[in-house]
Amino acid sequence: MTAVLDRAGESTSAHAPVRTPRRARRRLGDVIVPVFAALAFVYLLVPVAYTVVFSFNDAGKTNLVWQGFTLENWQNPCGAPQVCEAFANSLQVGVVSTIIATALGTLVAIALVRFRFRGRATTNLLIFLPMSTPEVVLGAALLAQFLTLRVPLGFGTVVAAHVLFCISFVVVTVKARVAGLDPALEEAAADLYASPWQAFWRVTFPLLVPGIAAAALLAFSLSFDDFIVTSFTSGSYTTFPKFVYVSATRGIPPQANVISSFMFVLALVIVVLVQVLGYARSKRLGAR
Amino acid sequence: MTTTVDPGPRASSADRTSAGGAALEVKGVTKAFGSFVAVDDLTLTVPSGSFFALLGPSGCGKTTTLRMVAGLEEPTAGTISLAGQDVTGTRAHQRPVNTVFQSYALFPHLTVGENVAFGLRRSRAKDVATRVADGLDLVELGHLADRKPAQLSGGQQQRVALARALVNRPALLLLDEPLGALDLKLRRQMQLELKRIQTEVGLTFVHVTHDQEEAMTMADTVAVMNHGRIEQLGSPADLYELPRTAFVANFLGQSNLVAGTVTERLTERGLLGVDVRGTRVLVPEDRAVRTDGAVLVGARPEKMRLLVGDQEPGPAENVLGPGTVTDVSFMGVSTQYQVEIPGLGTFGVFAQNLLGGATVSVGTSVRLAWAVDFTFGLDGAQAPDEGAVDLDDEL
Amino acid sequence: MSIAAALGDSVAGVAAEPPRRRARRAHLVLLGPGVVYLVLFFVVPVGALLATSLYVPVPGGDVGEYQPAFHWQNYVDALAQFWPALLRSFWFAFLATLAALVIGYPMAYVIAVRARGRRLLQGLLLVLVVAPFFTSFILRTIAWKQILADDAFVVTALHVLHLLPADARLTATPFAVVSGLTYNFLPFMVLPIFAALERLDSRLLEAGADLYASPATTFRTVTWPLSLPGVVAGTLLVFIPAAGDYVNASLLGNNTNTTMIGQVIDARFFKVLDYPTAASLSVVLMVAILLLVGAYIRRSGTEDLL
Repeated sequence: MTAVLDRAGESTSAHAPVRTPRRARRRLGDVIVPVFAALAFVYLLVPVAYTVVFSFNDAGKTNLVWQGFTLENWQNPCGAPQVCEAFANSLQVGVVSTIIATALGTLVAIALVRFRFRGRATTNLLIFLPMSTPEVVLGAALLAQFLTLRVPLGFGTVVAAHVLFCISFVVVTVKARVAGLDPALEEAAADLYASPWQAFWRVTFPLLVPGIAAAALLAFSLSFDDFIVTSFTSGSYTTFPKFVYVSATRGIPPQANVISSFMFVLALVIVVLVQVLGYARSKRLGAR
Repeated sequence: MTTTVDPGPRASSADRTSAGGAALEVKGVTKAFGSFVAVDDLTLTVPSGSFFALLGPSGCGKTTTLRMVAGLEEPTAGTISLAGQDVTGTRAHQRPVNTVFQSYALFPHLTVGENVAFGLRRSRAKDVATRVADGLDLVELGHLADRKPAQLSGGQQQRVALARALVNRPALLLLDEPLGALDLKLRRQMQLELKRIQTEVGLTFVHVTHDQEEAMTMADTVAVMNHGRIEQLGSPADLYELPRTAFVANFLGQSNLVAGTVTERLTERGLLGVDVRGTRVLVPEDRAVRTDGAVLVGARPEKMRLLVGDQEPGPAENVLGPGTVTDVSFMGVSTQYQVEIPGLGTFGVFAQNLLGGATVSVGTSVRLAWAVDFTFGLDGAQAPDEGAVDLDDEL
Repeated sequence: MSIAAALGDSVAGVAAEPPRRRARRAHLVLLGPGVVYLVLFFVVPVGALLATSLYVPVPGGDVGEYQPAFHWQNYVDALAQFWPALLRSFWFAFLATLAALVIGYPMAYVIAVRARGRRLLQGLLLVLVVAPFFTSFILRTIAWKQILADDAFVVTALHVLHLLPADARLTATPFAVVSGLTYNFLPFMVLPIFAALERLDSRLLEAGADLYASPATTFRTVTWPLSLPGVVAGTLLVFIPAAGDYVNASLLGNNTNTTMIGQVIDARFFKVLDYPTAASLSVVLMVAILLLVGAYIRRSGTEDLL
């Protein structure tokens, strides 16, 4: 009896044994999840690091085994035949397809959010289908079409194909941004004497810029790194991924790693810069 | 668009202000969305320089009306004219009308100053900088011109929205529930400020609101809207003292309404005798919508008083009862009683606390008395509780 | 917004009176270019693909010469010969999607929930997730091949630890292909889940804990259901490209038990010039994926995802 009373009196200590394993489990979860995530990050980044490290390999022609450190590849990135030509082609294709896909996709996104019209569901489906079609099918379909029409393969067909698979991603990205825009803003612009054209350029467009920029970046990275659709639609025209794939059988020159690493660092710097600037800006705004 | 129709914002902003704002005329305007009729054959005239309020519950068509005047919606039928010019076919940016939106709709990527300058820039006005500064001074925000809207409080944003519309010196300023997002205290303050600015600049204001108190304190003329139609139009005092429909009687303040039948006309005294479940009640003929058949007899709660025990009514008073006091709420300046009269329903009575608190307690048997002169008669075909505040709607 | 205005928004397209025609023209101008593009470069090519899948060789013609026909037998022949590769593609894609979910969900969770409020850390982790996009897909796959190579560190370590039989290897195995697929499409899994978890109100988790739920229960009953739209989007973004991929299979696989349908289509097109078979396999792949995706979206109740 006294024992029971004693227990009841010390309610805190009575709870303690119940709580301890629970807290321990929670702490375990607190540790396990981040550790697992850290391992996942390692998994994600090891091949990237590998690519960067091997850009400094004194490899000669086949960049498979570590031969020693050199800066030569970085000093002469165009040293291997065709590398820079393929890189330049990829840049060109990327820029042109990004511009076209971003322009077309942005307009479609605005229409889909701002207007209710017959055929809207069909349009949504038309946007969704290319995204849910594997690249190999897109490539095969375009090639079948180009072969049927006897269109010569090259820069033009590659751009046409890239624009196709970029548009849907642009639409989806920009759509989210348009949906977040208060329609009253455009009405306010009209109310303040702005013609539809002025309202678009003065109000809608500036507010969509972050979404459009994100969409354009996405489109560029999709285009720049595309291999499968390109291999179907390019004929003898060579882009950077195609160059790497084709040379994989006889050995990839370290210059390819240099260019890839350079793009990686460049992109990283830009993204980090944007992040830091955004962070500083939010700090400043918060301080006011 | 024809050239004769479009005065253009520039022409208007210069010419009209001297006249003190233009009159708005809405004639037979109907707006249907599919099979839903939002605004039904609406006709109204807003005199130049007045403060006009469109009052009604949500969904009554008041915002749609405002949007048609602004040019953001096109009427299905009817015409809208500003200062005698038909603007029905013109679009929002071609009308010398500006709006203060419910959500303010300030451009988040522009500074306060740029927001205010937006309309002036579009109409290529001169002295943009001076006018922007003057506009911001009018709403006492001159020092915040470089801020972004997101850095302002709700009340400040509301004033920027007001300045942004006012600097254009529009022929007509439309206010779409502009105070709805503000808390009560700030709302009272902004009401006074709006009224001050309206008097100062002398423009025609059309204000849409569902807040009857706001409409009454601010507007010269109030139009009560319901189901896409105007129920009644007049000065706040007229609407309150002499409602013409059950909806107005209940939506604007509170009313006690009982059904009855006209039984006699006392022409020489200008009165109607109405039988209310066996009791005769007198209604001034000029305060009754109809002079025969089924009517609703009404009186405001503050016009009524309680007769306790053998207290006698005055000579020119109507009496109902006896009934039982079912609730007593002490409100500070007044006490509100609920009186249940068998067969007639519940009546509200507001008594000024001239002599301190409540004089009658729950359960007391009382009669109700009120002056014949304050009685009004409505069409008996309406439900007595039409337009009454429903707790579920308020939430 | 009043009810009337809301109604106006939803039914504006129904009204047939002249004023509405203006809006109608506006959306046509906006939609026109994009839709025409998609019709010209997607709908018509898929039509061409369908047509090609029914072609027959020109009698007595060269290799790669075909003429229009309605030879449905192409499908039967193609499937009879290549159904193992087709099934394997879906199986590999399924395994890769599952692996990406298991690996990607904790990553997304850590970035979105654990790093919440620490904007700089969150930004940095997100950059690391998308970082692989900035290096060439093919180069990363080749790097992966070299990491899994017989004499490389991973295999040696596994041999030493006896986790891998002495004569076994990682490269040129189904494991290599699936891990390559997982690796390459992992960011597509992480980003949508992150987006869904980021929107998750942390007060909900606190409410869960407040209502006596253990962390595991809170996760199962609150976090997971609310992150489902992200999970659905992520699994689709991994599964679809993985099922059609041939780069991983050709760089990391062997030619016996890792052949995927993408490789077959590619080889039929370019090495054998057998366009009808390549086209019919493409059509089968596309239809199969669309059916799977449609059923999946319907089942997970996320139609509005589109």
